[in-house]
Amino acid sequence: MFDTLTEKLSAAFYKITSRGVLSESDIDSAMREIRVALLEADVSLAVVKEFIANVKQKALGEEVVRSVTPGQMVVKIVHDELTAFLGADETQLKLNVTPPAVVLMLGLQGSGKTTTAAKIALKLKKQHKKVLLVSTDVYRPAAREQLAQLGLQIGVDSLDIKETEKPLEITKRAFEKAKIGFYDVLIIDTAGRLQIDDKMMTELKEIKALSNPCETLLVADALIGQEACNVAKTFNENIGVTGLVLTRIDGSSRAGAAISMKMATGVPIKFLGTGEKTEDLEVFHADRIAGRILGQGDVVSLVEQTMEKIDRAEAEKAAQEMMKGKFDLNSLLEQMRQMKKLGSMSGIASLIPGLAKYKSQIEAMNTDELMKKQEAIILSMTKQERKNPDIIKASRKRRIALGAGVEVSDVNRLLKSFEQMSQMMKKMGKFGAMRGLSSMVSKFSGGFPFGGFFK
Amino acid sequence: MINFLSKLKDGLKKTSDKFSDGLKDIISKRPVDSKLLDELEELLISSDLGVQVSSEIVQQFSSKRFNKEVTTDEVKLALSDLISQMLLPLETKFDVTNAHPFVILMVGVNGAGKTTSIGKLASQLKLQGKQVSMIAADTFRAAAVEQLEEWANRSDVRVFKGKLGADSAGLCYDGLNAAIKAGDDVVFIDTAGRLQNKTGLMDELKKIVRVIQKVLPDAPHLTLLTIDATTGQNAVSQVKEFKEIVDVNGLIVTKLDGSSKGGILVQIAGTTPVPVYFIGVGEKIEDLGVFKAAEYAENILGLSKF
Repeated sequence: MFDTLTEKLSAAFYKITSRGVLSESDIDSAMREIRVALLEADVSLAVVKEFIANVKQKALGEEVVRSVTPGQMVVKIVHDELTAFLGADETQLKLNVTPPAVVLMLGLQGSGKTTTAAKIALKLKKQHKKVLLVSTDVYRPAAREQLAQLGLQIGVDSLDIKETEKPLEITKRAFEKAKIGFYDVLIIDTAGRLQIDDKMMTELKEIKALSNPCETLLVADALIGQEACNVAKTFNENIGVTGLVLTRIDGSSRAGAAISMKMATGVPIKFLGTGEKTEDLEVFHADRIAGRILGQGDVVSLVEQTMEKIDRAEAEKAAQEMMKGKFDLNSLLEQMRQMKKLGSMSGIASLIPGLAKYKSQIEAMNTDELMKKQEAIILSMTKQERKNPDIIKASRKRRIALGAGVEVSDVNRLLKSFEQMSQMMKKMGKFGAMRGLSSMVSKFSGGFPFGGFFK
Repeated sequence: MINFLSKLKDGLKKTSDKFSDGLKDIISKRPVDSKLLDELEELLISSDLGVQVSSEIVQQFSSKRFNKEVTTDEVKLALSDLISQMLLPLETKFDVTNAHPFVILMVGVNGAGKTTSIGKLASQLKLQGKQVSMIAADTFRAAAVEQLEEWANRSDVRVFKGKLGADSAGLCYDGLNAAIKAGDDVVFIDTAGRLQNKTGLMDELKKIVRVIQKVLPDAPHLTLLTIDATTGQNAVSQVKEFKEIVDVNGLIVTKLDGSSKGGILVQIAGTTPVPVYFIGVGEKIEDLGVFKAAEYAENILGLSKF
């Protein structure tokens, strides 16, 4: 469902961008697609309606009608509106009070409060702040041990655990210790709770009143659905929130909760949880999330994913060998393997702007299967054959095909593609374009010379 | 059981109150026209049923009743029937007697409630006189082992554990052998939470299954995926991906005591149907109950007929 909508939206945008004049019905049909895209991205319905109304107003204005490419204008308005809305505020933590500055963490069960508390502590520690961590979660088994262990891992103090202590007593003792021990920041982690649980909400109010936090951060899971709006609203109305943290942004959800929660509370999104390690906390990027919600692709994520998974040294070595004209089937195999680390071709395509609408075609081509086949063919060759493909004649081809479980024609196709690629390499080398290619190769492991295979 | 049902009712009622209130706003007694249908569709969308499924349900509804006068209750009953029919194939029976030991592998994204669900389920089985043990294969998250241990202590169940950072597949191998030796009836394997798009972590899960099968070729007998009812559209991909990697053959929907309706299950029923074994409606041991399609649907719509 996700894919088809990304597709639809891209197609709707495509329709508009490829026409000269923008009529009101064009805008309406685009808005319908955007509405669906936002809903499928888990943006809460009420928020979607409000947002669409705003954007339509703008799109119907003169600037669109008179601009040269009205379609692009609509896309731009939607994206800009989203970016502006998401990122209008200061995202820095405001900790300028007489120490200890208190940061209070709250949210639903399993949203990632404890992990985020440790991540923020580590970030502050790197800014040379003296931080004390404390968990007031006496309900979930081993919740306090979890924070204590994380504190140990990152080298940040945590309050010693006394078994029978109640949340308010813990808060009091933590505050005293932070004061006496000259801590700059006290981070208070609380038990996960439902926003409709009156008893637990009262407890939270009391903890807040007692500790007088300068930052009260609502931690929410980026995978959350339509309830995001209600959850954020209720927490904010009852407790008062100064910032949002969106966790599991490294997951595959479209993170529409970002808009819902921001609109429900009016407070800025301060951080994004981007992974399981304690360093994986990022300052919020509005434009990236806007693109992701709209299914326009997240190039930054692609680049990061590439950097993370590609073995740079291997890629550079391969590039250098190619520059020397040593492009053989071994280099091809290596490239394929690097490429595979990035995930499926259709997955990559969804991250590249403009390619999303071709996703189904890419899937239909079954490139991942194809690549597997190609790999099997190369693996069925001897070392000598891989280095010097010219020696592969009819009987060798038959043996290779048998070994890889394919037809001889498949082997031929691979060899032909390889031939074309090495021709291309040679040409590029001649024209001195190799340097450019090599830098591309080291960044993207030269994935795209594969183009020839997918035709 | 009665206690559990009333809790489920309470839990689900909170979610459905909004739904009923919304419906009351829409209908007292009015004709089924396109405006009403739009509003119904939006109500379903607000319950995480998704755009496509919501529109399908509304279309089915309208095909029978267009232009007729209807009341709130009639609409509720009709929609609940339609949803219940979609969910019905997911009903199943939990039976741990067809293997010994019966191995249950628990998987899911972070924070979905795997450990808590194991804790509750283990306690229930223990009360039924089963000999139960747990393998703490989440060797990544801080204090995950301690959390499982605490549950084990509460219900007097054995835990097999290793050190933080230990190889979880290896741990499963040893734990399973220990369970066989002890003659356990049921063994739970608690794995670390992982997002379904993390290839490395999903491969690790595959490895765990491979290693389990070295000890018992037909294990795991049940691979349960825990889904947080608060989750939006991503839950569909969670089921799909986890099923593809480790052949998930059962679901648990947790946190239904919150304000979310778990309506995403209706979408899962349409795209990647997997039997639902349990639903979680609170933090106590008895707050894990059997999934019934009609109850689930009725409660989404605020018809409390338990």
